[in-house]
Amino acid sequence: MNRFVAKSIVIGVISFWMIVSASASYAEDTVVFENAEFNHQCFKCHGQKTYHYFNEASGKVVKDRMNPYFVMDSIAFYQSNHKSFMCTDCHSSDYENFPHNGELRMEQKFNCMDCHGGDDTYAQYQFERIEEEFQASVHSTKHSDEFTCWMCHNPHSYKINARNNDNINNVIVYDNNICLSCHANLDKYQLISDLTNPNVLITHEWLPNQALHFSKVRCIECHTEIDKEMLIAHKVQVKEKAVRRCVECHSQNSLLMATLYKFETAEKRNKLGFFNATILSDHYIIGANRNYYLNIASLIIFGFVLLGITIHAIIRIMTK
Amino acid sequence: MEQKLYLYPVWLRIWHWANAVLFLLLLFTGLSLQYSSVEFSFIDFDLAVTMHNVSGIVITIAYFMFLFGNRFSSNGRFYKAKRKGYILDLMVQIKYYIYGIFVHQKTPFPVTENRKFNPLQKLSYVASMYFLLPILILSGFALIFPEMIIKNVFGVSGIHITGLVHITTGFALSVFLFIHVYFCTIGKTPLSNFKSMINGWH
Ligand code: HEC
Ligand code: HEC
Ligand code: HEC
Ligand code: HEC
Ligand code: HEC
Ligand code: HEC
Ligand code: HEC
Ligand code: HEM
Repeated sequence: MNRFVAKSIVIGVISFWMIVSASASYAEDTVVFENAEFNHQCFKCHGQKTYHYFNEASGKVVKDRMNPYFVMDSIAFYQSNHKSFMCTDCHSSDYENFPHNGELRMEQKFNCMDCHGGDDTYAQYQFERIEEEFQASVHSTKHSDEFTCWMCHNPHSYKINARNNDNINNVIVYDNNICLSCHANLDKYQLISDLTNPNVLITHEWLPNQALHFSKVRCIECHTEIDKEMLIAHKVQVKEKAVRRCVECHSQNSLLMATLYKFETAEKRNKLGFFNATILSDHYIIGANRNYYLNIASLIIFGFVLLGITIHAIIRIMTK
Repeated sequence: MEQKLYLYPVWLRIWHWANAVLFLLLLFTGLSLQYSSVEFSFIDFDLAVTMHNVSGIVITIAYFMFLFGNRFSSNGRFYKAKRKGYILDLMVQIKYYIYGIFVHQKTPFPVTENRKFNPLQKLSYVASMYFLLPILILSGFALIFPEMIIKNVFGVSGIHITGLVHITTGFALSVFLFIHVYFCTIGKTPLSNFKSMINGWH
């Protein structure tokens, strides 16, 4: 084949690839949020590293640094579940004044159940059941008061993922970052505990292809008690009860079907006529990926080969 | 009585039996990985993974030994596709296996110093050694280092495609193995080919 043809093919393939990937990235939608204007007065200071205020004593505008833990990402906020909120729906309206009143520090924060408990609008999320499981989890039993739902669900950015995100890899990253925000970050971990935080990469060294596993399964797959009724099981158990046996995932009735792939499987499983169809198309999990048709085809081919050999051998013996 | 031919040099015999043992190991551990289950397993999954990886690496080294041997010794000449009319020869050989052998015809392509393989053997050895086995090895190494694999090919996971390729070629080679071993029983006596592969003399 001549060089030119080869080159054109390569270029053709690459440009096709680029078109495909370009069309996949969609334009950012520009919705205006009803309380954006109000919230801007808070983001003006809480949206960046520095802020300005008018110092009445000196009569000057002062520029100062914001406590980094008090900086919120406004983009993440307006993508979160609570994007329609005013800051003061959860915080005291006295925060509109600056300097904030010192007493405000003592304000009692809402928790999820204050708003979502017993509300049928959110029945599909099963808040009550989640609350129950959370109460029974290691985090809660060992640190009942300090450990709240907010520890994992950042009030200013939490966004449901597993339920409505088509890209399972992004879901995994999102969910794992929740756990890693403490288990790979001493600052936050020690808000809860005086213990030093064992490095998860080292404590999971027994897992081969660790990087691959951590990007393809979530921490909660191995660490929560499976709950068939729920999309996201919340009962994180002590480490002794964590999944360690490979075949729990690497087998036909992989636990992943009841956890990570639960939402997709319910929808896709039978349509394609494959066993483990979801896993099949997006992932490759030794032991769990069994293509039904390939399996049958290989058995048939193999059967014919054995049959052929046997017949041939028999005739050979008979005509000897 | 025809005279004896020395057709299987030592390196080839060493390669071949190492290859055969490793291949069986790989087949066995591979099957137990593919059909692993919670209730029952031949060997522990992680042990099977390790054994499969190690045998895969060793069989690759052996494969390079084979390539090297065929490149720099005269054994390579048996693997070269040569003259025209090959398809016809192939047909003759197939006909012999389907019919001639049962009525005690002479084999159409007897073994000589310059013709170790009959056309069918040649086809299957070339296909397995220069086509299937390399694919199996490459896809196997890609699975050991999955971060090298293209993430996504038109919406299907790259690892997934690699896995399918690996399993399919593995299956094809296992089919070859069964046919291969059976056809090896077609010799002067059913065992004579195996003896040749052990002592080198045909
Ligand atoms: C002029 C800048 C400025 C504005 C405007 C501002 N804040 Fe603050 N805020 C701060 C600074 C500085 C701190 C940290 C020092 C402090 O507590 O006074 C803070 C702290 C806070 C805290 C944490 C208190 C604690 O110690 O736990 C909350 C909550 C808060 N602000 C909410 C708000 C809300 C809600 C708004 C909008 C209604 C708002 N802030 C507007 C500058 C501002
Ligand atoms: C859904 C309720 C909710 C909304 C809406 C909300 N917050 Fe908060 N905010 C909280 C809770 C709960 C905490 C305490 C978090 C904790 O204890 O970890 C908090 C803490 C804070 C803190 C202290 C920093 C920290 O992490 O402890 C600041 C500053 C703050 N919020 C600012 C804002 C601003 C500015 C807005 C509007 C853009 C806002 N909040 C909107 C619930 C909310
Ligand atoms: C101050 C009351 C309040 C608190 C506290 C609160 N929420 Fe909400 N939450 C709401 C309201 C109201 C909505 C509906 C917002 C909308 O539709 O724009 C909502 C929406 C949601 C949604 C999305 C529902 C949907 O169908 O889009 C989820 C998930 C959710 N909240 C989870 C939580 C969790 C988890 C917590 C605690 C970590 C929490 N919420 C705390 C009031 C609250
Ligand atoms: C140890 C961390 C952790 C704690 C504590 C926690 N959650 Fe979650 N929660 C998660 C993770 C991870 C998800 C999955 C997020 C996703 O992908 O949507 C989740 C998802 C959810 C969802 C969405 C479920 C769905 O069906 O889509 C709700 C609702 C929820 N949590 C409520 C709560 C409530 C209420 C509490 C406190 C009683 C709580 N969570 C405490 C980690 C936690
Ligand atoms: C707010 C920080 C924080 C977050 C977020 C968090 N953890 Fe933890 N976790 C802790 C602390 C602190 C402990 C230690 C409890 C103790 O022994 O005192 C702990 C303990 C554990 C243990 C028990 C270890 C043992 O010794 O038995 C497991 C398992 C665990 N976490 C898993 C998770 C998973 C999975 C997630 C995400 C869904 C998560 N954690 C999110 C802080 C956190
Ligand atoms: C394949 C299953 C699996 C996955 C995935 C997994 N773990 Fe674990 N994890 C375990 C097992 C099993 C142990 C118990 C190890 C031991 O006892 O030595 C453990 C131990 C732990 C411990 C306790 C360590 C200690 O020695 O104190 C923490 C904390 C933890 N895991 C957090 C996480 C986090 C965070 C993630 C996600 C990034 C995660 N795990 C992912 C199986 C898993
Ligand atoms: C929580 C479920 C889970 C457990 C437990 C688990 N794995 Fe995996 N494993 C996966 C997933 C998911 C993948 C890869 C999926 C993908 O590539 O899309 C994977 C991939 C692999 C791979 C393939 C890497 C490659 O080359 O593609 C190997 C090897 C492997 N696991 C070995 C093990 C061993 C050994 C154990 C036990 C020590 C184990 N796994 C436990 C879920 C699990
Ligand atoms: C238990 C398994 C096996 C047995 C008993 C076996 C037996 C034999 C015998 C008796 C021969 C000599 C006959 C001949 O030259 O045609 C031979 C040759 C050969 N075998 Fe095998 N074999 C086995 C596995 C394999 C495997 C797994 C492969 C490759 C993947 C393979 C590839 C070959 C090749 C390429 C030759 C020709 C070598 C040469 O002479 O250059 N064999 N085998």
